[in-house]
Amino acid sequence: MGFFEHWQFFFCLIVLLIPAVILGTMEKPLKHYSMGVSLFFIACIVGPETAQLVYLILFFILEWGVIRAFLVLYKQYGRDETTYHLTIVISLLPLVISKLQPFIGLDIFCFVGISYITFKVVQILIEIYDGVIDRVGFYEYAAFLLFFPTLSSGPIDRSRRFLEDWNHIYDKEAYLQLCTSGIIRLLGGYIYKTILAGRCYMYLIDAADKSGLLNEIRYAYLYGLYLFFDFAGYSLMAVGTSYVLGIRTPDNFNMPFLSRDIREFWDRWHISLSHWFRDFIFTRFVMRCKKKKWFHTKLQRANAGFLVNMFVMGVWHGLNVSYLLYGLYHGALLALTETYQKKSGFYKQYKDTGWYQIVSWAVTMQLYMFGFYIFSGRWLEWIPN
Amino acid sequence: MEEKILEILAEACEDDSVKENLDVELFDSDLLDSLGFAELLAELDDELGVVIAPSEVNREDMNTPRKIIELVKERKASL
Repeated sequence: MGFFEHWQFFFCLIVLLIPAVILGTMEKPLKHYSMGVSLFFIACIVGPETAQLVYLILFFILEWGVIRAFLVLYKQYGRDETTYHLTIVISLLPLVISKLQPFIGLDIFCFVGISYITFKVVQILIEIYDGVIDRVGFYEYAAFLLFFPTLSSGPIDRSRRFLEDWNHIYDKEAYLQLCTSGIIRLLGGYIYKTILAGRCYMYLIDAADKSGLLNEIRYAYLYGLYLFFDFAGYSLMAVGTSYVLGIRTPDNFNMPFLSRDIREFWDRWHISLSHWFRDFIFTRFVMRCKKKKWFHTKLQRANAGFLVNMFVMGVWHGLNVSYLLYGLYHGALLALTETYQKKSGFYKQYKDTGWYQIVSWAVTMQLYMFGFYIFSGRWLEWIPN
Repeated sequence: MEEKILEILAEACEDDSVKENLDVELFDSDLLDSLGFAELLAELDDELGVVIAPSEVNREDMNTPRKIIELVKERKASL
């Protein structure tokens, strides 16, 4: 079984959520119970793959050591940039090694969720450096990293936000409200993932066998819809399950197909990822550029920031040419959008009119659908061997 | 102090209207985007020595000129 896959998972999930609902309704803490459920699911899902389990445990201990060591160094020497950069590099090593798998042919650190769990560790380290986090308890660390609903594919939560909920004991009414909206999300997500994504997938398979330009366009759209229903469905289930356990995990999608420009798209599509990148890469990169005077104008800083930000996002998806190109493509789109919106008098004059917004919405849709086509890797088949 | 903060904010927003209306919503009204926010934080650090980390404060706690002024004054006082 896998997370939010197969009837066995859902059977266990329903059975194990019932005591949580009872505890929550009785205004008892949920944290110890949800820790137990997380360990149970990890044992059931990751456990049978011995190598994965060993790497997960190794990762967990290694990163704990990195965090503890960095806390000690920070308290002793303060904001030292070299130590900070070195620490981030070390914390990223397992992820980097796992991403190199296609090149070195060894499955080192390839366990389910490593791409997502690494965000949590890096966030803690960066916020220690920022002076925002000054202590990390082992139990809290374990609860945050191993929280099973978001373990395999997010949404990417932040430790301070997570722990606030984790330590919070809701009164009965507030809990029931949260729990109800959690159950609705769970059911909605299930419908998205099993019925709607399943349906899209059938059409997608059909389109995959045909050729011709029109068919490729059809493929791109179906692939985009499939990605959306599959991932938004999973995310809804993860968020819904979190709610039942008293954790208000952030939403990942907010009607992305309504976006009127690419920037809005990234505020609606895989939100927890793009906001993580915004807060920990884009903003910091732009601030650094300004301080170090690397570029002359604000627009240049922004455009460099978008390219770097989205390229790193592409790399994070995996070291394959489709993902890297997808990152660069979106970086370039964001930079062009920024330049156009800042420079164009036409845009400033008409941006609030109805027709402009409709045209902009339609154009934007073609742009991100083409992005999905790049992401799908299908274009590689066009290249003769 | 307040004037200096508003000066920096107006520059980040590229719009002087934020100096007049201290309760205008900055993010939803598109006055301040991710880029402007980054520039604002960099300038507050450079000009006033007030360090606010990008992920430290929720955007709802920095979404009007008045809230930004309060936050910066508070930080400045505790330096």
